[in-house]
Amino acid sequence: MDHSNEADVVAADEHGAGSEHTGPGWSVYWKVAVVLTLITIGEVWVYYIPAFVASRLFLPTLLTMSAVKFVIVVMFYMHLKYDHKLFRTLFTGPLIVATATLFALLFLFGHLRLGHGG
Amino acid sequence: MSTATVSHHYSSTGLDNRKIAIWAFIGSECMLFVSLISTYLIYKDRSVVGPYPHTPWTDPSTGHVYHAILNIPVTSASTFILLMSSLAMVLALSAVENKGKPQRNLGERILGNSKLWLFMTALLGLGFLGCQAYEFTSFVNEGLTIKTNLFGSTFFTLTGFHGAHVTAGVIWILSMLFIDIKRGLGPSDALNVDIMALYWHFVDVVWVAIFTLVYLIR
Repeated sequence: MDHSNEADVVAADEHGAGSEHTGPGWSVYWKVAVVLTLITIGEVWVYYIPAFVASRLFLPTLLTMSAVKFVIVVMFYMHLKYDHKLFRTLFTGPLIVATATLFALLFLFGHLRLGHGG
Repeated sequence: MSTATVSHHYSSTGLDNRKIAIWAFIGSECMLFVSLISTYLIYKDRSVVGPYPHTPWTDPSTGHVYHAILNIPVTSASTFILLMSSLAMVLALSAVENKGKPQRNLGERILGNSKLWLFMTALLGLGFLGCQAYEFTSFVNEGLTIKTNLFGSTFFTLTGFHGAHVTAGVIWILSMLFIDIKRGLGPSDALNVDIMALYWHFVDVVWVAIFTLVYLIR
């Protein structure tokens, strides 16, 4: 084994230990890609159904599908599911603050109503 | 002490500080994009004049009818392209991590080719930017610019910021591809590719949110 290969092996060990990254392989990645594609097709499909667009289910359905896609990419492609808890905190903390701010702003500007008085 | 040991920067947590930094950066980027999305959602229905995103509008002074401006088929295609670029990116990272391991058949040789997957990721990223350039150009030709109304201002700011992030990501990927061609990437470079991949996937998840909140929800 030459010096560069030895360095690569050492670095690979450190990479694994340092980041605790033991992500999934091809068998998971392609399934994730198929699921993401199917959800995207589902989103576009419901967009073109006028009766569904007019129904109360339209908004929650789209938001749920989008949230599922978001979580799948973060968990599997960004391998947060397999990574250290600190990384999860660094991501979800600001995301929660940002989402709360989004809802607060929508409420303040009259896009969300609480009760009948609004 | 080996070269590889010197090149790593561990913090008191036992984690590499570059990886902590990219996650902290991604967290801050969440706040940036949510603020832009909030602004879009608040102002999109408050435009005094058209064109509008989902409904037609007739200009009272000229009688010209503007159709709903958002092009869902093109955007759906660009969303698919960006999702597939994320797949190519995870395969590039996997190929770099497993460089040097024996490849027994053609499938393993293809999966283990980091140059191929980095190239595919950059190509798909450029494809997404091409779709965005087409969309922006067609909007301007149809009469919607950043100055036309509140929808135009917030839409171009939000998608323009995202496009700028994709452009930075493509440049980063092409730089990594150049290094791979020049000297080859191995497991010692996996963390650098991992950091780049995290940025790229983040750009992807931001688009997942934008696609639903901006394009599909009326």
